Amino acid sequence: MKTFKYTIKDEVGIHARPAGMLAKEAKKYESKIVIKKGERSAEVTRLMAVMGMGVKHGEEVTVEIEGADEETACKEIQAFFEQNM
Amino acid sequence: MIKFSGKSVYKGIAVGPAAVLKNHDFQVKREKIEDAEAEIQRVEEAVEKAQEQLVMLYDKAVKEVGEASAAIFEVHQMMLEDEDYRDSVCNMIRTEQVNAEYAVAVTGDNFSEMFAGMDDDYMKARAADIKDISNRLVRCLCGEENMDFGSMEPSVIIAEDLSPSETVQMDKEKILAFVTVHGSTNSHTAILARMMNIPALIGVPMNLEEIHNGQTVIVDGLKSEVIFDPEEEKRREAEAKIQEEKEKLELLQTLKGKENVTLSGRKIHIYANIGSVSDVAYVMENDAGGIGLFRSEFLYLGKEDFPTEEEQFQAYKQVAQMMAGKKVIIRTLDIGADKQADYFHLGNEENPALGYRAIRICLKQTDIFKVQLRALMRAAAYGNISIMYPMITSTEEVRRIFEIVKEVQKELDEIQVPYKVPEQGIMIETPAAVMISDELAELVDFFSIGTNDLTQYTLAIDRQNEKLDDFYNPHHKAILKMIRMVTENAHKCGKWAGICGELGADLELTEEFLKMGLDELSVSPSMVLKVRKAVRESRV
Repeated sequence: MKTFKYTIKDEVGIHARPAGMLAKEAKKYESKIVIKKGERSAEVTRLMAVMGMGVKHGEEVTVEIEGADEETACKEIQAFFEQNM
Repeated sequence: MIKFSGKSVYKGIAVGPAAVLKNHDFQVKREKIEDAEAEIQRVEEAVEKAQEQLVMLYDKAVKEVGEASAAIFEVHQMMLEDEDYRDSVCNMIRTEQVNAEYAVAVTGDNFSEMFAGMDDDYMKARAADIKDISNRLVRCLCGEENMDFGSMEPSVIIAEDLSPSETVQMDKEKILAFVTVHGSTNSHTAILARMMNIPALIGVPMNLEEIHNGQTVIVDGLKSEVIFDPEEEKRREAEAKIQEEKEKLELLQTLKGKENVTLSGRKIHIYANIGSVSDVAYVMENDAGGIGLFRSEFLYLGKEDFPTEEEQFQAYKQVAQMMAGKKVIIRTLDIGADKQADYFHLGNEENPALGYRAIRICLKQTDIFKVQLRALMRAAAYGNISIMYPMITSTEEVRRIFEIVKEVQKELDEIQVPYKVPEQGIMIETPAAVMISDELAELVDFFSIGTNDLTQYTLAIDRQNEKLDDFYNPHHKAILKMIRMVTENAHKCGKWAGICGELGADLELTEEFLKMGLDELSVSPSMVLKVRKAVRESRV
């Protein structure tokens, strides 16, 4: 399993559009990708669940990636966060 | 054949299929079903159809309002794809043996409640999006044609009433006429109809439940009547009249490129009023000398959040460049009263017309105002832009505005972007502004008289109240006296004065306005050539 931590830079937090793009992006990989904040977590392919976590600007999330292609998935998803979140 | 009478707000004729705009939510009934899998199949098909509609809406919005504002339709597509949402619908159908419509409606309510309960304004607002996609799905399930103007053939829009945000979303190419149950001659439906040069009837006592999409309708603005399912003869008559009107219009076209000058040589500027970037096409088509009123509200209405500086800058710049050196007078945000956007959180007011609106919002929430000013001043570097401030009642307000403009100027200097402090004028639309127009003229570069609000405030008559249409006399002596006074006071200080309200297009008054010495009349694009004709026939 691979993990990384990320602090949200987007002023509005994780809002609909990036969350939707993330869901799309995540479907490219076999690995299961989960986003966590405190006690809450959601699979990133589940748009409304991710939005429902209400992650705000400046908050830190942990992303866990587990599966056959976790190496590439982790690298790509991390890059995606840097660019869009 | 069924005939109704109404009040005509634009004298023209149209024939076409009806498109009924129903505002109310669908009444979804819970029904017991036998075959859950068949019901789920229906959901799949409806989702597909809804996705198609959303793709079309997105493309249309990109073209008309830009990618940033179109993104909402992309988000809707993503939401429809959401697994939890879909799972919840399918589960409910399987476990409770209910119809798809019911499962979608309940799921929509559940999810939207979840968002409505979050302690984040942005997420709270998403509740409306979930309601929206659920409604869309239910409509697709019912086989009800959605009012997606993208897929609609040119139609006569039939509605209870139209809100500004609804009219903003409409594809103007697809509208042959408006027929509404409510609305007054000064409502947004009326203003839009005049702008687009299409017939409109308001106050028509029809029952929307009895009208269906596709039914043939004749809208006759000359006789102020609407006929559903007309007899063949009536239809032919109407078509002949449409042809006649068309020929008259062609005759007007010969006035293109001609000067706005009276027989004795007096000149006046005739500009156009517009409400969105795409309206510039109407301005050019009708050969207006400039834009006398560019309502900036389109950037704010029908949105989920404040437009960014960049978004505004691009829109203003685009119009300034398209107008290539001709005057473009942009009015700052005039929201409040009958024009509402949820994210402003303006709240309910006892007297919205006398309430927190327009410049009052800008002076209280200067952060909103400054974003617009920055965008305007930056765009002014690319063309002949003037800024106009609405709802002024005192010299203090104008002084305060100028202080804010100075602050913005300083900010722009610091980041070193190209900008210009353009010509700045004010709307004269309160009796107070008229009474102190001598003092105001010393401060500002020009006056533009907003006759709609000025008449409403002077005669103490609510524009939106259809019961008062009989009392609303736009030719009231008090109004004409005020216009004369404002013009004289402007001229004493070497400033110019114009009219940008509906009265400016009143051909019965063109002669009077010329006599008063007004410098400019700003009218709906469709009226530019008609006013030019009146000017050229006058001896003043």
